[in-house]
Amino acid sequence: MVQYLVRRLLQMIPLLLGISIIMFALIQSAPGGPEAIFFESGRFVNPDIVASYRQRLGLDQPVPIQYVRWLGAALTGDFGYSFSAVRPVRDMIVERLPATMELMLTAFLFAALIAIPLGIFSAVRQYSVLDFLGTGFSFLGIAMPVFWFGLILQLLFSVKLGWLPTSGRETVGDATLIDQIKHLILPGIVLSLVYIAGWSRYMRSSLLSVIHKEYILTARARGLRERSIIWVHAVKNALIPVISVMALDLAGLFSGAVITETVFSWPGIGRLFIQSTFSRDYPLMMGILMMGSFMVVVFNLIADLVYGWLDPRIVYS
Amino acid sequence: MAVTTSATNPQQGALSEGMGLKPLSPRAMFWRQFKRHIPALTSVGVLALLIILCLAAPVIAPYRFDAINLRDARQPPTLRHLMGTDELGHDQFTRVLFGGRISLLIGLTAALVGTATGTLIGALAGYYGGRLDNILMRFTDIAFSIPTLPLLIVISAFTRSSIPIMILVIGGLSWMATARVVRGSVLSIKQQDFITAARMIGARDSEIILRHILPNILGPIVVGATLSVGGAIITESALSFLGLGVQPPTPSWGNMLQDSQATMASKPWLTIFPGLAILITVLCVNFIGDGLQDALDPTQRR
Repeated sequence: MVQYLVRRLLQMIPLLLGISIIMFALIQSAPGGPEAIFFESGRFVNPDIVASYRQRLGLDQPVPIQYVRWLGAALTGDFGYSFSAVRPVRDMIVERLPATMELMLTAFLFAALIAIPLGIFSAVRQYSVLDFLGTGFSFLGIAMPVFWFGLILQLLFSVKLGWLPTSGRETVGDATLIDQIKHLILPGIVLSLVYIAGWSRYMRSSLLSVIHKEYILTARARGLRERSIIWVHAVKNALIPVISVMALDLAGLFSGAVITETVFSWPGIGRLFIQSTFSRDYPLMMGILMMGSFMVVVFNLIADLVYGWLDPRIVYS
Repeated sequence: MAVTTSATNPQQGALSEGMGLKPLSPRAMFWRQFKRHIPALTSVGVLALLIILCLAAPVIAPYRFDAINLRDARQPPTLRHLMGTDELGHDQFTRVLFGGRISLLIGLTAALVGTATGTLIGALAGYYGGRLDNILMRFTDIAFSIPTLPLLIVISAFTRSSIPIMILVIGGLSWMATARVVRGSVLSIKQQDFITAARMIGARDSEIILRHILPNILGPIVVGATLSVGGAIITESALSFLGLGVQPPTPSWGNMLQDSQATMASKPWLTIFPGLAILITVLCVNFIGDGLQDALDPTQRR
């Protein structure tokens, strides 16, 4: 087990290196470069000023050298200075991280608490009205463009009914806990929709495949109550693959958060990322992309470990 | 049961037919199964209608998509303007039809690009194995570990967002799942005797891959391709919504929604209709994918 963990952690190193090289090359190959902002603003810019600007930021060096410098600093946790805010990228990310984590956690809980019971009921009452509705709902959820769903919820619950705030994380000057929770509801629902749809289907099919196993038949033959057969014996085993899918999807939540945060003006990393691309803030973009990729890699590892921990039949080698 | 027996012996033929044993060509078997999937069948109809309407947009649209008519600006949906008008009096029904051409074009071609790339990489990795397999699959791992949407945003922000580039970029970042599936299937099929036989009679590698292996794994590839059409349409709309995709005045379903958030309270119809078009299209595509999966996968047969 320890051996397996060590090997997986070692495998992460070339993976993250590869990711950083691809992304660095991609960002550097953009036409114009970061000083393009000066020209786009239409002001007259003295070429000498541009040259000194490039030199100060180290942009006059060849790209491979810039990469090695960036990598060396990044390994010590230093992701450089943001071009637009002139602050350390790490500070900016750390500052925004709690808002994004709060949103992702809310969405994760919403999705888990709705999807799992929904999937269980759909499987237990296969081909019932509820099962039919659940299938329809999950198809709808998977086909729904996230940002549009956000707009429609805002239209309905904020504009028409006035129950919930349209955007932001709290009302300035009146930030009570209730107020913060109200701000969380709509973005939380929007971000969780795809996962409710996906996980409930997955839970359903996983439980259906378990229900027909022989040990369930044995439990029935021994005269156990149906409720205890389903909830104690069947669900426990059916949950194993579902939980590992949930851990894998945690990483995808970050991509969804970018859109959700934009629609709801949520002051998290996703919005910071959009701003950084519009202002061509290379170090900030690079920092956020690396953080996102790191999350994906770590969550994938956690998913594998959780799978083995829950299912003793799996042996790591 | 051979066809000839049922022809010479009518009784036996009727019997085997009644028991559902009459041999069917794979195509007939596919159709029989697909027709049972009511949502998929309905979706084919709805999607076909939608595609025809969008293709015929220049003929049937009541207005020009860039026609400015300030006297009719900010109209809610009426008989004259089925989906209302915006600030400049653009007829929204016309724009939804023309926008559909762009969104569908990008969705279909990007899915094609992604599937072709994934199939090529997966087939090469699975068939040749060894070092090539190792390199290609590590590359797939890397591509899988980069959050796709943020990467798309970076590329779109840096390139002049033209339609061909969007197709390449969206397609170019959606091949990884196909590559893994194809590799897995190729690995299991290349061990089988008929491949060894083909190799023994001297078939070239390209022949074996294209004529003997790929036809056998067409099912999962087609299903994956169908489902990725929906994904590509949603991705295009999200990028255009952020202002990074198709640029106005060319309408796409995504960029019609770009400025709608600000005016949502007073003109909700500008928000509702383009999004509904995306939702219905993607829903249809996914239902068709589901129907294809049932019809193409023999283990799912009921």
